[in-house]
This record gives sequence, C-alpha cells and structure tokens, in this order.
Amino acid sequence: MTQPASMRNIAPARRRLQQINPVYFVLAVLIVAIAVSNPSFVEPTGYMNFLKRAAPLAILAAGQIYVIVSGGFDLSVGSLITLTVVGSSMLLNNNADATWWVILVMYVIGALVGLINGLVVSYLRVPSLIATLGMMITLNGVAFMWSSGSPRGYLPETFRYFGRVNIQGVPLIQFLPVALIALVMVGATFYWLMHRTNFGRMLHAIGDNPRAAKMSGVPVERVRVLAFMVSAFSAVTAGILLGGFAGVSTDVGIGYELQAITATVIGGAQLLGGRGSVPASIAGALTLTAIFTLLNFVGLPKPTRDVVQGVILIAAVVLATYRRNRTGT
Amino acid sequence: MRRLITATLAAALLASTAQAQQLNFDDPVEFDKQRQQLTAKANGPEGEPWVQYYGDAIVDTAKFKKDGPYTVCFSNAGVNNAWRVTGWTNMQAEVKLHPEIKELIHVDAEGSDDKQIADIDDLLNGGKCSVLIVSPNTTAALTPAVEKACGVLPVIVFDRGVNTKCPVTFIHPVGGYGFGIQAGEFVAANAPAGANVLLLRIIPGVDVLETRASAAKRIFKEKGLNVIGEEFTEGDNAKTKSIVEDYLAKGSLDAIWMDAGATAVAALEAFEDAGKPLPIITGEDQQDFLQKWKAEGFKAIAPTYPTYQWRTPIIAAVKVLRGDPVPGPEWVMPQPAITAENLDQYVNDKMPPLHHAMCGCEKLPDYPAAWGGK
Repeated sequence: MTQPASMRNIAPARRRLQQINPVYFVLAVLIVAIAVSNPSFVEPTGYMNFLKRAAPLAILAAGQIYVIVSGGFDLSVGSLITLTVVGSSMLLNNNADATWWVILVMYVIGALVGLINGLVVSYLRVPSLIATLGMMITLNGVAFMWSSGSPRGYLPETFRYFGRVNIQGVPLIQFLPVALIALVMVGATFYWLMHRTNFGRMLHAIGDNPRAAKMSGVPVERVRVLAFMVSAFSAVTAGILLGGFAGVSTDVGIGYELQAITATVIGGAQLLGGRGSVPASIAGALTLTAIFTLLNFVGLPKPTRDVVQGVILIAAVVLATYRRNRTGT
Repeated sequence: MRRLITATLAAALLASTAQAQQLNFDDPVEFDKQRQQLTAKANGPEGEPWVQYYGDAIVDTAKFKKDGPYTVCFSNAGVNNAWRVTGWTNMQAEVKLHPEIKELIHVDAEGSDDKQIADIDDLLNGGKCSVLIVSPNTTAALTPAVEKACGVLPVIVFDRGVNTKCPVTFIHPVGGYGFGIQAGEFVAANAPAGANVLLLRIIPGVDVLETRASAAKRIFKEKGLNVIGEEFTEGDNAKTKSIVEDYLAKGSLDAIWMDAGATAVAALEAFEDAGKPLPIITGEDQQDFLQKWKAEGFKAIAPTYPTYQWRTPIIAAVKVLRGDPVPGPEWVMPQPAITAENLDQYVNDKMPPLHHAMCGCEKLPDYPAAWGGK
C-alpha cells in the first residue's frame, strides 16, 4: 500500500505536467471572466488588490492542507484568527513600539494551540473534528474573556503594515502589497516542507494509510502534531494580515475554517487524507476569492449570487473529484 | 380538480399577502410618526434622555407596590456585540445608584431563543425575582415566555419588542425608520442630485435593520439619488472593505449609507487605500468612527441606537416596585444623532474603539474604567 503512494509522490515532474490540476484552469477562466466584466482589473490596482485580499485565505489553506493530508481537519483556525486580532489589540494597547514582541507572543500562542490540538488528536485519540471543534469554542471564549467583547485598543500602523500597506514605486507593477510578499514567502516555505522533505512524504503516508506508515517506521504521532502546528502558524499569520487589512473586530475569523477547507478541496485534496498539494490549495483559495470578486463585479442581487456561488463551488469540487477518479492522482 | 387547484392557489395567495402584511418593513404611517418624533419635544428632564419619553401615556403600577430590598432579574438576549457590551455595562452601573436593589440576577441567552425561553422559566421557578426585565432575542419566539412571566410578576421589556401588551412597559428609542431618516436625510442634503450612493447593510430580514433601509431608500428616491448597490457585509470589516474596493474599481462613489456603523472605518479605509477622497458617509456612535471623523473632517453623520436605553429598565423597575407610575405601555425615548456640530461632545480618545459614545454613562459609578476607558 505505502509503496505506490510514496512512489506517486516522488514521481517525475513529467507525469505531473501531463495531468495539470483542473483548479488552475478554473482559476484562469474566473480571472478572464473578472477581467471581461471589469477591464480595470488588469491594471495593478485591480489584480494586486485581489491578491492582497486573497492572501490570508491562501496562507490559511496552505496550512490547512497539512492537516487534511494527514487525514484530519483543523476547525480551530477561524477562532485562532480572531484570538490573534483581539489579543494583539489588547496587548498592544495603542503602543506601536510593542508590535514586534506582540507578534512573537501571538506565534507562541499559535504554536501552543497547534501543539495541544496535535497532542489531543495523536495521543488521546480524539477525532480531529471533535478536538479542533472544542479548541474553536475554547479560543472564541478566551478571546471574549480577554476583551470582555469590546477590545480595548486599536491596531497601530506598525502592526497593520503587513496587511494594509503597498510598497510603492516597484517597476512594472507600480506597487507591491506586503501581504503578497508574505503569501509568497509562506507559500514557498510550505511547498518546500510538504513536497521536498521527508516530513512531507511521511505526512502523505500517514494520511494514505496510518497503520502501514506506522509499521514502516513513521513517527505517526509526532508528524501529526507538527501538521497541526503548521496549520496554527498559518492561522496566526492570516490573523495578522486580516487585522492589518481591516482593523480590530471581534468576529473577524468567523467562517474561515470552512473556507480554508473548501479551498483545499477545490485544489483537489482528498478529505480523508493522503492527497493534496500546497500550490493547488493556494490556487483553490484564489479561486474561492475570485468567485466572490466576480459576483461582486457582475452585480447580481444577493440571493442569486448565493445560488451561483454554491453551484460554482460544487462544480469545482466535482471537477476535482472526477479528475482524481480518472487519473488516480 | 381545477376547482381544487384554484382554491389552493387562492389560499396560498391569501396566506402570502397576510404574511407580507405582517412583515411590512416599509410602512408610510410609521415612517411619518417616527419622523415627527425625531423633532418632537420629549417629556422629562433636559439632558437626561434615558428618563425622557414622548407622549402622555402613563400606566399605574400601584398593584405592584412592594417593600424593598428588591431582587431584579434580567433575561438578556446576549452580550454578543460591542453595542450590547456597552449597554450591559451601563445597566450594571445604574444598579449601583439604587441601594434598594439588593441583587441583579443576570442570565445571558447567548443569542438563542430556546435558551432565553428556558432562562425565563428558570428565573420564574427560582422564585427570587421581584421584577423581570427582558431584552428579547427575537420578537415572536419570546412572546409566550413573556406572557407566562406576566402572570407571575411585573415584566419590563426593552430594545426589541414582543407581540403582547402584557408587560408593564416596553422601553425603546424612536426606532429603525428614525435611524434611516436621520442618515438618509443627511446624505440627501449633502449629495448633489444623481449622486452615486452605496448602501451597506449587515444582514437582510431583521426588522430594525430593514426599516432603517426602507426609510433611507424612500428618501433617496424622493431626492433623485442613484442607489448603485445594496450589499450585505455581515458586520465584517474585511468584507466591507473588499466590497467598497470593488465598487471603487467599477466607478465613482459619492456617498455611503450604512444601516449600522460598526464597519464604517473599514469602508473609509478602502477609499484611503485607493487614493480617493473620502465620501459622504453615515456611521454610528462607535468611538473608532467618531475619532476618524474628528481627525479627517469628512462629511458625516452618526445616527444612534442609544445604549443609554439599558439604564432605563432599572429606573423603571424601581419605580414599578415602589408603585410609582411609569410611561407606558410604550416608553419611547429620544434617539439623537451625532453631527459635525456636537461631535466634540462625544468623541473621546480615552475610550476603546468599539465603545458606543451615546451611552449616557459619563456620570455613572466607575466611569470610565468599567467601560474600558482610561
């Protein structure tokens, strides 16, 4: 069992080229549709704003895919985003000089959350759906208790830099959002970690067949814990970007866990584990954002928009599943 | 067969019109009434709107007279947004002004009808309450529970209403039409005819929000403004900013009308980040918006759904238990708007960003620390 699975993942690039993931075509079609419905999209302000807006979800999906590939779910990421934004505003307390250590503290909290999720799932054998659901409720409670429902401080511009600022005067593209740089850096690191390291191969093996992986010497528990920590890291990063993009609010993370999972599925991940890729998950997140943006531009009334959005989502997932059944990758 | 179909169709049609009437969020009579109340003179002491009221209707409460000390019970729909957090803090502080209240028992329904119905039952069964204050989660669902409570002890309802006249009084500010009128008229007075207005709303189908929107749309139509879109933000900053960015990419925006101001600053930031001049905008009395307004000086108004209304049920409860008359069966209180003229009175950078300034709380015990201020 493990043999073919691991063979597939170290299969030559040639084979991957022949079977380009359909999410890229779907994304391309949507981008063309957006450009047609709103010509200003092809100018830097158009597509850069789009990428900037998509960056938090894309980073979150790139982290979520680690847990999905290992055969689990991480439902706690949305509430971790909220906790990051609310907690940062409380700790910063309008003091711009505190930005750096506050960000550090948030990553430490994120690492702890991921560690606990992973330990509960790996050693206490609680299904990840339940374990992370519990974590989600707990973190929402912590964020509320911390702020009494009304955060005490603003996020200073030094903190908002990452999610809001565009670096001006860049040749060719005029300006470059800092959030996009963050996406490229996180995306590249996560790609390397999943597709170029032993850890990534073990992750796929666990998701494919945990028992076989264990018998062939994979430290299943430790790899799972790491996957949850990667996911939590991505949630804190997404929280910093979202807080930067739009400021303090107490419900900023609501719904992001499901959007992130949806993005990975659009990107062709298999929900029971064993299959999934970081770039395709990022493309899935861009696709999801492109659907929202396109429907905003077309200007359909809200109920129609919900219907269209649902249909496109199902179609994208069906396409991904069809391809997987046909090609087996 | 055909007759059956016709009969069924007719019945269905009848049922749907009946429902449409019940859910009428665009009632010209109520619109006019609230428009008049906005400029009418309220009864009661000047400068203390939380004890002011419109009209002369008073209810006698002699039958509820009781010796103190009192236990006041409060079934709260939730403390799930910043508006309710400010209000709940107001209420706790108000209790400290009344030594005859020995205890305030608070149960939080966390935004659930079922939990609130059970909460009210528990309070009644506990037998400790001298009076029950209810802030209903939704109108229809809580009506039977409130009716049941009315049979046992005096009940005071505030914020959202119930479909029964059994409570001693129902305390609320002017209303949704009033909010929509204040915001709508400001935009209509400041934007040229044909200007592009974007309506940003939280969610569809909530009565107090629907009436705000219908009132504003009525005014925009009268003044010939061009409503280029009506979007739902779910009260989410990021979504609000994205929506406004997309509209700015499509064309020009002269004004933004909002049914609730929580995300007003995010909407303004979309203009800033796009390098466009700030629009005419309607927000609410949240400090983050007021401070930005003060700093940037754009054209704005902040209608309020005042949180000082959370003080009034405590004041009313004590009056009722003493047997003093109170305004009722509806106690309608003023609903002021913050304008450029009186902005300085409300803006306060010592208060947290989500604090609602129209709280009437500045002279209450523990101000500003209990509200998170410095």
